[in-house]
Amino acid sequence: MKYWRKPLDYEQIEIPHGEVHIIAERCKGCVFCVEYCPKHVLVMSEDFNAKGYHYPQALKQGECVNCNLCEMICPEFAIFSSSLPNGKLGQVAEVNPDEVTLTKGG
Amino acid sequence: MNPKREVIGQTSIRSKVHPVPFAPPRGEGPPPVADEHPLAAYLRMDRIPHIWCPTCGIGIAVKCLAEALDVLQLDTNKVAVVSGIGCTGRVAGYMKLDGFHSTHGRAIPFATGLKLGRPELKVVVFSGDGDLSGIGGNHFIHAARRNMDLMVVLVNNFIYGMTGGQNAPTTPVTAKTSTMPFGNFEHPFNLPALAAGCGADYVARWTTLHVRRLTRSFKEALNRRGFRFIEVIAPCSTLYARLNKLGTGYDLMEFYHNNTEIKNGADPQTVDIGFQGKIICGRFVDSERPTYLDMMKQHYTKVLGDKFVPMPEEGGLIWPPGEKPTTPAAKATAEVREPEEVTHG
Repeated sequence: MKYWRKPLDYEQIEIPHGEVHIIAERCKGCVFCVEYCPKHVLVMSEDFNAKGYHYPQALKQGECVNCNLCEMICPEFAIFSSSLPNGKLGQVAEVNPDEVTLTKGG
Repeated sequence: MNPKREVIGQTSIRSKVHPVPFAPPRGEGPPPVADEHPLAAYLRMDRIPHIWCPTCGIGIAVKCLAEALDVLQLDTNKVAVVSGIGCTGRVAGYMKLDGFHSTHGRAIPFATGLKLGRPELKVVVFSGDGDLSGIGGNHFIHAARRNMDLMVVLVNNFIYGMTGGQNAPTTPVTAKTSTMPFGNFEHPFNLPALAAGCGADYVARWTTLHVRRLTRSFKEALNRRGFRFIEVIAPCSTLYARLNKLGTGYDLMEFYHNNTEIKNGADPQTVDIGFQGKIICGRFVDSERPTYLDMMKQHYTKVLGDKFVPMPEEGGLIWPPGEKPTTPAAKATAEVREPEEVTHG
């Protein structure tokens, strides 16, 4: 994330960190979580689960801010996030966008 | 934030599920099953995965209700879910609450009886548009007129889903259904206006995309009394979207994203939905008037005086076997009941 100027409280602000848990066998591949994740943490896996659906995969697990949107919008109760200890804003893991290829499955 | 989630976050299972932050090579199969879902306490997990189609919105509405119950920390023994028939009718079977899967359209009459018999319960009617406004339309308007103490969640997917896509009372004009292959020409119901016109205390409408606002509406409605009506617009990809060539459920969600307008306090007469037209969401009515139970108690106390035995707040007709009723009202009812039991014995 780029700033015009460094905010005055840059060092104090703690952003929540989360971890996405996926229960792949329950997924029906609706792609809601992948499309609506505000941090684009998830991608559709190329693998299939036992029912033959593609399931999501946490590509950038360190980017998750535990907003719970994936959990709220999943109709299958197949994904949820849990909180990790908070981190400073300056310590967010930067992911090189060139290394990440987003695929849309389903 | 939910305190339960904090506990889950302490034990990291990341190494078990995702050994590397990037996608593993193909062919390894799905990762092992993670911990259980935080809302599993409110669901009958032995019946999950549910039968609803991929991208169906009913699961999201169930999730929002479970989340509202979780946040409010309500006693789950004091909440009951009643459903009718249809896709949404299966909600009563999936939630780990006392519930009843009633006959077609008769969810509200059953819930009315439940509320009169056990006034301490919070009764939630969770059913579909065809069930509540089509087959059970008469029960719906009369429950709203009486201001029965019910929370009615109507999941509206504009079509009869489970029976094969027939025309529903909510199908918009020119939408195609299996019984109207050249497009629907009937005027549909404007459900918030119907409920508000019949006297509902709380009327709101959200789509399944508005998960946070829907949860907030459920929380507000669970804490209130009177007839509370919440319409949830949900995508039906298998029938409504397929017959009208609208794409997948995700396309319908994108449509909600681009074509909904939030107008809290809007006149319910103005919120009817045309085919692929603008959907106006929000909390339209938030008023308070005496409920059916209040009116009954007030009227009979005035007319009958001491002869009227009101139902105790804790549901005095039912007590554990071997225990004596304690409240005066429960004692009075027990005295009435005992001779009957002797004659039958």
